[in-house]
Amino acid sequence: MHKQIEGSRAVAEAIAMCRPEVVCAYPITPQTHIVEALGEMVKGGKLTRCEFINVESEFAAMSVSIGASATGARAYTATASQGLLFMSEAVYNASGLGLPIVMTVANRAIGAPINIWNDYSDAMSQRDSGWMQLFAETNQEALDLHIQAFRLAEELSLPVMVCMDGFILTHAYEQVDMPTQHQVDAYLPPYEPRQVLDPREPVSIGAMVGPEAFMEVRYLAHARHMRALELIPQLAAEFKRGFGRDTGGLAHTYRTEDAETVVVSMGSVLGTIKDTVDEMRDDGRRIGVLGITSFRPFPLDLVRAALHKARRVVVVEKSLAVGIGGILSTDVRMALSGLHPHIYTVVAGLGGRAIARNSLHILFRKAEQDVLEALTFLDLDWNVVDKQLARERSVRRSGPAAENMLRDVGTIASKIA
Amino acid sequence: MPFQPIKFYQTGTFTVGNRLLKPEDRSVQSHRDRSNAINSGHRACQGCGEALGARYALDAAMEATNSQLIAANATGCLEVFTTPYPETSWQLPWMHSLFGNAAAVATGIAAALKVKGRNEVRVVAQGGDGGTTDIGFGCLSGMFERNDDVLYICYDNEAYMNTGVQRSSATPPAARTATTLPVGQNPGNVFGQGKFVPAIAMAHEIPYVATATVADLHDLEAKVKRAMEFRGARYIHLFVPCPLGWGTASHDTIRIARLAHETGLFPIFEAEHGLQVSALPIRRQLPVEEYLKPQKRFAHLFGAKPKWDVIARIQERADRNIRKYGLVQQETA
Ligand SMILES: Cc1ncc(C[n+]2csc(CCOP(=O)(O)OP(=O)(O)O)c2C)c(N)n1
Ligand code: SF4
Ligand SMILES: [Mg+2]
Repeated sequence: MHKQIEGSRAVAEAIAMCRPEVVCAYPITPQTHIVEALGEMVKGGKLTRCEFINVESEFAAMSVSIGASATGARAYTATASQGLLFMSEAVYNASGLGLPIVMTVANRAIGAPINIWNDYSDAMSQRDSGWMQLFAETNQEALDLHIQAFRLAEELSLPVMVCMDGFILTHAYEQVDMPTQHQVDAYLPPYEPRQVLDPREPVSIGAMVGPEAFMEVRYLAHARHMRALELIPQLAAEFKRGFGRDTGGLAHTYRTEDAETVVVSMGSVLGTIKDTVDEMRDDGRRIGVLGITSFRPFPLDLVRAALHKARRVVVVEKSLAVGIGGILSTDVRMALSGLHPHIYTVVAGLGGRAIARNSLHILFRKAEQDVLEALTFLDLDWNVVDKQLARERSVRRSGPAAENMLRDVGTIASKIA
Repeated sequence: MPFQPIKFYQTGTFTVGNRLLKPEDRSVQSHRDRSNAINSGHRACQGCGEALGARYALDAAMEATNSQLIAANATGCLEVFTTPYPETSWQLPWMHSLFGNAAAVATGIAAALKVKGRNEVRVVAQGGDGGTTDIGFGCLSGMFERNDDVLYICYDNEAYMNTGVQRSSATPPAARTATTLPVGQNPGNVFGQGKFVPAIAMAHEIPYVATATVADLHDLEAKVKRAMEFRGARYIHLFVPCPLGWGTASHDTIRIARLAHETGLFPIFEAEHGLQVSALPIRRQLPVEEYLKPQKRFAHLFGAKPKWDVIARIQERADRNIRKYGLVQQETA
């Protein structure tokens, strides 16, 4: 059934159809609407056989999820940004213990400076945590990925993070095709844990492992991710049969057939990139797109297959690895090991900076002429940066950098776009 | 067979023949069919109060729940000496997640049991003083405030033992730890405001709060049993001497714990819904030196020139506890 609905609400309704048994909540913008909706459903009796727990921190939210999951309950939580960092120790613990928790990350920048808008600093900070990380391009995909995420997590006994762009997706009203409870039940069987705390069969979970086996236990996590590379497309195919929609999977190409230039990216910005590419195609330019859905595990072979014919690859990413540049682009480089296309890293959209089609046009044309720097900061205001650098050279007590720079920018809110 | 009322305040060995007691008053440990929840073979130091206390507490909880019990454990000595894989002392389902989240993990376990309709299975969370009064304090307070159905047991040995005896917020004034060495103007730990978590637990008005020491294991068992009669958040703060960290003789663990009670330095009481309902009386209050002297962590207070001013301040704390918790019964004519 098609429904005009807010992204967060759509995801919450999909989560409810997955019949979670324990839902933990701690508020942080822009995740709030998801957990508020779930709270309402539990309190109002629409979502039964579910404990909704308002905890005192994200660290507790993940810890409660760990306890619940280890006791055989299907557990769900959601967070973003500072919240994800605050729970980070437990994030690693959940995957180390092999607990199939599903968590939405409503992607948001990390401070300082504090900022509530979208980028991927939060999810990227946990990319080595052992969680699988799926990135949604649209609200429809966000909804669908959550349903697939529970299947994936529970089959592999590993947690899954479903990443959806804060505000751009979470707060956007658009039409989505809502599944029926019947469809979801047919796709997602009840959770059958591999390990469970139960007095009928006492086990010890989470004890120490020394050097004699730690590498092997950690390798097993990697092996499960490699297994996920096979399972994710299978689950997407099965999803298509049950729901009639082609969502999920590892990665998707768009107009790459004869492309000399391929743009690689993730999340909702793929929409803008595809529009730009359509316009460039209309001009006869050979450009295409590769959208990554599964960032962890990272589909190296698929990325290589999609890019091996390209003369150049432009990676547009909403994250910054300070001191080197790109994160996604480093992974793309690994996929292309031994091949020699030009690879450009474009850091864009940090802290909610709009990624405009206009800027992308200029960027991609520069790439086509191979006059792009290896590392580009899209639409960076050099004026503001240079002024601050000059200030720091001339006075020792130059003061808080962010304040200075905003004074130079002038009025604040209007500059976000 | 007639039973005479037994009062558990004999000094010395504290052994009371079970045959003098009514069956229901007999110690859980004395039962042949006790659960041995923490089995022998673990790696605790000789005379470890924490190992002793945990064994009694968990066996009592196992008996009270008919062995329908799950434990969540914080990082610390108890976690480390009862494992590592593939060895485990735990004869009940047991989980270690992190240092600071035992209370929240227990909340999750309790929530899962609730949705699954397994109301007969109960949950205990446990941690050291560091895992409870410091790093796990947020999760603990959250669990209290929500009144989750969890019994939390804090094994208080007054420092971070597992990492080599560093100061925690439960370390007493003047005590030597690896981070409060007996050097400088004010040797040992500072006289701070203190952080007595049982009182903080009471401020949450949770159904049941109790303190106990390993000197009176019968009292401990009774309190665990009592705790299991309530639903909701419960807290037991157990005083457990640590021979290694305190510099005490292994055979003195019980004696030191008893002295902590008899000097008034560690008050033993119960509270229900925020109000104190009982206190284990001190028959004859002993001066704090008797407690401090046998412990190397306080050795810098004694020697050729005892620091009477510092000892007097510690004595004040003991006297205050006695007044506050009514530990010395007024003689009635
Ligand atoms: C987040 C985190 N910080 C620090 C540690 C190191 N650590 C492990 S056990 C421990 C001390 C435990 O002290 P306490 O809780 O009092 O238990 P005890 O060992 O004294 O019984 C510390 C500091 C850790 N494991 N995790
Ligand atoms: S260091 Fe202390 S608490 Fe730890 S095992 Fe030894 S005696 Fe017990
Ligand atoms: Mg301790």
